[in-house]
Amino acid sequence: MNKGPLIFLGIFLTLAFSWVGIVLTNQIQYGSLTAYYDQNEGKTFPEKPAGEAERGRLVYQDLGCLYCHSQQVRRPGFGGDTERGWGERQSVARDYIYERRVFLGTMRTGPDLRNIGARQPSADWHYLHLYDPQLTSPGSIMAPFPFLFAYRKIVGEPSPKALKLPAEYAKAHGLDRPGYELVPKPRADALVAYLLSLKDTYEFPEAKPFVPPKKGGGAK
Amino acid sequence: MASASSFAAALDPRTPPDTVARAELSAIDASARWPVIIFVVSGLIWLLVGTVFALIASFKMHTPGFLGDYEWLTFGRARSAHLNAVIYGWSTNVAFAVAFWLMARLSRAALRHAGVLVIAACFWNLGVTIGVIGILAGDSTSIEWLEIPPYATPLLFVAYALVGGWAIVTFRFRRAQHVYVSQWYLLAALFWFPWLYSIAQIMLVFEPARGTVQALVNWWFAHNVLGLWFTPIGLAAAYYFIPKVLGKPIHSYYLSVLGFWSLAIFYNWAGVHHLIGGPVPAWAISAGIAASLMMVIPVVVTGINHHLTMVGSFGMLRYSPTLRFVVFGAVNYTIVSLCGSAMAIRSVNEITHFTHFTVGHAHQGLYAFFTMIMFGAIYYILPRILLKEWPSAALIRLHFWAAAIGVTLYWLDLSIGGWIQGMEMNNPNIAFLDVVRHTLPWLVVRSGAGIIMTVGHLAFAVNIGWMLCAKRPAGATAPTLFRNPPALPATAAR
Repeated sequence: MNKGPLIFLGIFLTLAFSWVGIVLTNQIQYGSLTAYYDQNEGKTFPEKPAGEAERGRLVYQDLGCLYCHSQQVRRPGFGGDTERGWGERQSVARDYIYERRVFLGTMRTGPDLRNIGARQPSADWHYLHLYDPQLTSPGSIMAPFPFLFAYRKIVGEPSPKALKLPAEYAKAHGLDRPGYELVPKPRADALVAYLLSLKDTYEFPEAKPFVPPKKGGGAK
Repeated sequence: MASASSFAAALDPRTPPDTVARAELSAIDASARWPVIIFVVSGLIWLLVGTVFALIASFKMHTPGFLGDYEWLTFGRARSAHLNAVIYGWSTNVAFAVAFWLMARLSRAALRHAGVLVIAACFWNLGVTIGVIGILAGDSTSIEWLEIPPYATPLLFVAYALVGGWAIVTFRFRRAQHVYVSQWYLLAALFWFPWLYSIAQIMLVFEPARGTVQALVNWWFAHNVLGLWFTPIGLAAAYYFIPKVLGKPIHSYYLSVLGFWSLAIFYNWAGVHHLIGGPVPAWAISAGIAASLMMVIPVVVTGINHHLTMVGSFGMLRYSPTLRFVVFGAVNYTIVSLCGSAMAIRSVNEITHFTHFTVGHAHQGLYAFFTMIMFGAIYYILPRILLKEWPSAALIRLHFWAAAIGVTLYWLDLSIGGWIQGMEMNNPNIAFLDVVRHTLPWLVVRSGAGIIMTVGHLAFAVNIGWMLCAKRPAGATAPTLFRNPPALPATAAR
């Protein structure tokens, strides 16, 4: 192997092999996957995300949530995803077609979030959990996000979103001044809107679990 | 050992026959002097920066309130700052230095217009600096291994093109008849990386592909950064330094050909194993698993080749710092790759995927294999570039043991802890918070392992700083070894 051009040709062809195989072929196979039209409901699925949830996606991105939370439910029987209640069905490629950036994730230091909006639909819970995870999930190792909240003087009416802290916690952390409230900043609002939007409830035909044929029941 | 003959050669009054060759080598080393110094020193700074972020992220894992009020240091950002600082800052900077120094030496061609490489170094480090600050400020893309925000990546691309181009120019003007195995790996790595990087940038950041095609592109890129960029550079260095230090040829030319081409064919398909069970086409996953298992061939072949080169010379590990670091890395290459193939098997992956097991595996690959070989290479290259010896053998020894013990502890700890985590996570009867609680002791030990590695990095940094500041000695000097071999004159063994 002393010929530069030959070595170079081999180097080129080997990477071209996987580039065509993994990148191009899949792009051609399902790179323009479309939404599924349901005749009974008269609309297409998945539904397009709302504006505030889209802003929340950027907060999710800039804080790096995906380094501890995946967004994919594996099929029943492979891992404990559905048994843990992380989703009623496995995730399929069509679930993600409107996501400008796909956060499948590779780590589950925390639980999967693909259906967190269905599993935990309370915005109040999410605000408390984001402010200090110990409030809702004692023993959690999730990072707290106090910087997404403001402790401010109540002007006029108290905010309906103000965090309902347990009295002991508020006292211990100096958050019990009369006339003051702890409220989410706009980024926390957006993030919670995004989390609540995470739910794959529509049953796509391809998402039905694969049932293996019965053994020995072929000839009859 | 060859003590009698080399001692006789030292007494021989005639001009030694290798004088011309030595003069040529010294001219080549001199031509690479400034670029190597700049790439290695900036790599060293990034290693220290990356270590600080690593410790912050690691402490946050078991003490989540630690520095919890600072948005820019939240776990997701500190962790990404660590990854990018060590991948693009430390690893790639030293990979550049080692790549073009090796290329110049093996091509027997001095680097022309080395100033271009200095400019490339400035661009690269400016790009990484802007990138890491961008991540901390909240502009991360949250695409694994591609977190650097899009306003910094063109700088990286320009710098890479300059370095890659220069290595190819050096290769083009080679005067050596033979193209050595290290050069195949270098050429391949320098060509593959820009292809991977530009496709990934385009299809993920600038014109994102639709849905989970992104995930396939992401892991095609991210796994190949390791497989087609760091691994070839690490192997090129191992193929060069093991025979060089031992003073004997590599065991088998044919095994190295087989190892190279099987790596080239199989590694680039392997990345899909990061998506096992995910919402991507099953055939792509199966192909990725098959390729991951086929990786056993290049790994075993390369391992045998290195091992048979070492056979009979293991005693040299007691003396040569370069050899000890490189051999530690080469052994870990075999282990980490075989583990990687095993982790691609569906039933194993069902447990290890999404756990700290993968984190331990990644550190064994990038640290126990790649970084250790780079340490060894720097211990060899810097004295020849600076014409000075390492000031302290004790610091080298401290560096080796801290790094070796630290990373081995890190890997074993997270492998066991991650395996338990995976087993428990697949058992829905164990509450998730209990799974989390059971990982805590392993995460605390991981921080301890990180502190041990940090001690090694500080020893390394002090030794380099001391060496740069020390005066150049007037006469001939002996290399700094762990201890001097009893029978040999010190200058003969390196």
